[in-house]
Amino acid sequence: MFDIFLDDAPALVVVLPLLISAIIAFMPSKIWPWIISIITLFLHLFLSLHLLKEISVSGLIIYEFGNWEPPWGISFKIDGVNIGLQLLFSIFVLVSTFYSRKIFLNEIDYRDSGKAYSLWLLAVGSLNGIILTNDIFNLFVFLEISALASISLIALGAGQNRKALLAAFNYLIIGAIGATFYVIGVGFAYAMTGTLNMNDLVIQLAQYSDGQLAIFAGMSFMLIGLMVKAAIFPVHIWLPPAYSYAPSAVSTLLAALATKTILYFFVRLLYEVFIIYPSYLSLFLDFVLYPLSLLAIFIGTVIAIYQDDIKKLLAFSSIAQIGYITLAFSLKDHSGVASGFVHILNHALIKGGLFMAVGYFAILYKDRVTLNSLKGFGYKYPITSFALLICGLSLIGLPLTNGFISKLYLFQALYTNQMYFSIALVAVSSALAVVYFWKIVEQMWFSEIKFKSEKEDAYIYLPIWIVTISIIVFGIYSTPIIEFSNLSADYLISGYQN
Amino acid sequence: MSNSFLIILGIITPLFAALFSYVCRYNNNLRDSFGIIGGLITFVISLKIFHGIQNNEVYQITFFTLFDGVDFAFKVSALGSIFSLVASSLWILASIYTIGYMRGAGEKNQTRFVIFYSIAIHAALAIAWSGNLLVLFIFYEILTFSTFPLVGHKQNAESQSAGRLYLSILVGTSLIFFLPAIFWIWLKTGTLDFQDGGILMNKFPAEYLSFLIAMLVFGIGKAAIMPIHRWLPAAMVAPTPVSALLHAVAVVKAGVFSFLVVVVYIVGPDFLLQTKSSDWLVWLACFTIMASSIIAITKDDLKARLAYSTISQLSYIILGAALASSLALKGASFHIITHALGKITLFFCAGAIYVTAHIKKVSDLKGMGYKLPLIFFAYTLGALSIIGVPPFIGSWSKFYLIMGSIEREFIIVAIILGISSLLNIYYLLQPVVIGFTQNSKKEIKLIKAPLTVWPPLITGLGCLVFFFYANYFLNNISGVIVN
Repeated sequence: MFDIFLDDAPALVVVLPLLISAIIAFMPSKIWPWIISIITLFLHLFLSLHLLKEISVSGLIIYEFGNWEPPWGISFKIDGVNIGLQLLFSIFVLVSTFYSRKIFLNEIDYRDSGKAYSLWLLAVGSLNGIILTNDIFNLFVFLEISALASISLIALGAGQNRKALLAAFNYLIIGAIGATFYVIGVGFAYAMTGTLNMNDLVIQLAQYSDGQLAIFAGMSFMLIGLMVKAAIFPVHIWLPPAYSYAPSAVSTLLAALATKTILYFFVRLLYEVFIIYPSYLSLFLDFVLYPLSLLAIFIGTVIAIYQDDIKKLLAFSSIAQIGYITLAFSLKDHSGVASGFVHILNHALIKGGLFMAVGYFAILYKDRVTLNSLKGFGYKYPITSFALLICGLSLIGLPLTNGFISKLYLFQALYTNQMYFSIALVAVSSALAVVYFWKIVEQMWFSEIKFKSEKEDAYIYLPIWIVTISIIVFGIYSTPIIEFSNLSADYLISGYQN
Repeated sequence: MSNSFLIILGIITPLFAALFSYVCRYNNNLRDSFGIIGGLITFVISLKIFHGIQNNEVYQITFFTLFDGVDFAFKVSALGSIFSLVASSLWILASIYTIGYMRGAGEKNQTRFVIFYSIAIHAALAIAWSGNLLVLFIFYEILTFSTFPLVGHKQNAESQSAGRLYLSILVGTSLIFFLPAIFWIWLKTGTLDFQDGGILMNKFPAEYLSFLIAMLVFGIGKAAIMPIHRWLPAAMVAPTPVSALLHAVAVVKAGVFSFLVVVVYIVGPDFLLQTKSSDWLVWLACFTIMASSIIAITKDDLKARLAYSTISQLSYIILGAALASSLALKGASFHIITHALGKITLFFCAGAIYVTAHIKKVSDLKGMGYKLPLIFFAYTLGALSIIGVPPFIGSWSKFYLIMGSIEREFIIVAIILGISSLLNIYYLLQPVVIGFTQNSKKEIKLIKAPLTVWPPLITGLGCLVFFFYANYFLNNISGVIVN
C-alpha cells in the first residue's frame, strides 16, 4: 500500500508539509498543531531516507509532475548533488521542530500556535522545494512561498519586540526586489529559449554558443536576485535584523537552512546551467563572487566583534560564514565546490546549535540577550551553556569539531588553487572569531556574578544536545559529510570539465 | 600492564584528579590531596615510560582516523618522555605548594583552581605523548583554554585584561600561523606523524622552508619568542602556583617542546642543516635572549623579573633548535629539564616570600634573607643553576648549547650566551644580595606557611644533585638526536 506513496516520494516531501500546513492553520489548540507537525516531519524524514535509498541504487531520479514530460511540465530532480542536503534538511527540521514547541509557547500567544506551525510547515515545504526543483520558474514560486512564510514567522516576534515588524518589512521589500530581479532574469531566459526546465535550458542555450547580451543580462539578473536571497555581501542587509528579531525557534530554522538551500540552488545554477558560457562564468566568479566573499568574511567578522546583541552577533557571523561558502564555490574546481558543500552542511549544524542555545537563553532571560545579560549563565544553566561552548568552538574551527573539517577542506581547496592571500584572510578571520565568541564565554563563566544552577527544560536542551553531539561526531567521523560533498562536487564539476 | 594502557592511564589520571576534586569540593583536604595522588601516579607512569624508551620499547595507541593520513593517536617519543617526566614530577611538588600558597594567601574559588590546574597538566601530558602534529595542536589549544581561568583567577579588572591578552595572543597566533602551517605540511607530505629524521625531506620545497619555520615559531606562541612574548609577563597576575608550574614549566615548556618536536620529528635536523633555513632564527633567538635579560634587570617586581628571565631562557631552547646540530639539540632538550627545575624553584620562592611577608618587589626585600633563610637558600640554588654554575644541573645544558654554537661556527652566539650568563648573575642574584646585605628597620609580620618552603628546597637541592646524574637524562636525549 505504501509503495504507491513511495513512488511519489519526491513530490511528497514538498507537498506533504504544504498540505498539512493548510489543515492546521486554524486549529485552535495549543498542542495539536505541534503534534501533527512532528508526525508530518517524521514522515518527511522517512521519505527522505527512502529517496536516499533510491539514489544509492539509481543515482538519479527525475520526477515529472502529472506525467508531463520535462520540457513542458514541472519536474523535480534528485541526484548526488542534493540528496545530502535533503537528508540534513529533513533531520534538522525535525529536531528544530521538537525544540520549537516550548520556545513558541513562551514567545508567542498560544492561540497563534496553529498559525505559527502552519507557517512553519509552509516554510519547510517551500525550502524543500528549492532543494529539489529542476525548473527555474518553479524555483521562483518556492522562493516566494518561503519568503512569505518566513516574513510572517519573523513578524510573529512582534509580541516580544516591535522591531520584528520592521525587520519583517525590510525582508519583505528587499526579498521582493531580489525575487523580482530573479524573475526578470527568468523572463529573459524564457524569451530567448522558450524553456524553463534546467536540463532543457542547457540544451537550448547551446545554440547561442557565442553568447548574446540578452542572455548575459538574464543570467546576471538571476544571479543578483539569488545573491540577495542568499544574503551574500553586500546585499545581506535584510538578514541580521530578520534573524535577531524573529522568534527564537524561527531564527534557528532560518539561520540553519533558509540561506543554505538558496546557496545550494545558486551553485547549481552556476555549475549546471551557466557553465556553457565559461568566460561569463569565470568573469562572475573571479571578479564578483570571489572579492565579495573575501569582503563578507572580513567585514562580517569585524562587525560581529562590535555587536552587543548576541543574536545580531551570530547573524553577522553568518554573513562571514556564507562568505566562506561562496569563496569555496568561486574556485571552479572539484576541491572548491566540495569544500563549499562541506561547509554548507557543517555550518547549518553549527549555526543551528548556536541559535538554539541563544534562543533558549532569550526565553530564560525574558528579554533580548545581550552580552551583559549573559553574566553567570555558565553556572546558572550549565547544560545549555556547554552546548553553546562546543558549538562556538566549532564555529572557530578547532579540531575534533566539524568546523575544523570545513576549515581543513577549505584550506586544501584554496591551497590547490594557490590562493595564499585568501588562506591568510581565512586564518585571520577564524582568529577574530575567537574574539567575538570569547566575549560571550567570558560573560558566561568569568563575570563576578555567581548563580546557583537552575533547572533546565529537557524538551529544549535535548534537541540542542542532539545538534551539539552531531557537531562532535562529524568532527571525528567526517566521512558522511565528506562523501556527500564529494558526490555533489562530482556531479557539478563533471559538467564543468567537459 | 600493556604499553598502550599506560598511555591512556597517564593521560586520564589528571582528568580523574580534576573530577574527584570537584566531587569532594566541600572537603578541602580531600579535594587538594587528589593533585598529589594524581601527580604520584602520573610520575610513576612517566618514569616507567622513560625507562621503557631507554630500552627501545614502543608506546603507542591509535584511537580513530581524523582525516586522510592523520589519526587521533599517541606515541611517546624520546623528547616526549622527558617532558612528561618533568611535568609530572613537578606536579607533585606544585600540588603540595599549591595547598600552602592558596590557603596562606586566602585565595577564593580554590576548587575551580584545582580543577583547571589538573586539566592543564592533562593537556601538557597529552602534548608530550602526542603521536602527530594535529593531536599536539588539539591539546595545545586545550592547554591554552584550561589555563585561562587560572590566569584570570582573581577576577578583577587587571586579571581580566591579562586573561584576554593571554588568550588572544596564544589562540590568535596558533590559528593564524600554527594551524595553516600544519595544513601546509599535511598537503605536502600527506601525513603529520612524528618520525625520526623528519618527514619533510624531499617533499617540501627547500626555498619555502624558512617561511614554514617562521610560521611555526610565531604560531607556537607559547615559546614566547619576541615579539610574541607579551602574554607571559601579563600571565603573572595569576596566583604563584600557576606561574610556577604552568608559566615556568608546563605551558612554556609545551611551547618550546612543540617547536623542538617539529624540528626533530617533522622538519628533520638534517634538512635544516642542509638548507640553513633556520639560521635567521638563531639571530632572533639571540636578540630575545639579550633584550629580555635587559628588560628583566629593569623590573622591580620579582615575578615580572622572573617572567622576563623565562622568556630569555626559552629562547635558549629555540636557539638550540634553530642551530639544529646534534650538540645544540642535545643542549636544547636538556634545557627543558634544567630550566624547569631551576625556574620552578625561583617561582616557588617568590610565592613563598609573598605568602609569608607579602612582599612582591625586589627593593622591599631588604634584610629578608635573615628572616627567611631557607627560602633564600633555595632561591640561591635555583638561581645558580639557571646562571649555569657548576656543580648545578643548569651548567650542562648551557655547556652543550655553547658547544653546539661553536660546532656550527656561530662564535658570536657563544659569546652572547656568555654575556647572557653575566646578565643572569646580575638580575637573579640581586634579590639575594639585597636580602642579606641591607637591613630593614621595618618590622614585618610573618605568616607561617611551611608547605610553601619545602617544595622549593627539594627542587633547589635537585638542581644540585642531578648535576651528577645528568647522564641519566642525556641517554634518552642522545638516543634520538643522531645526525
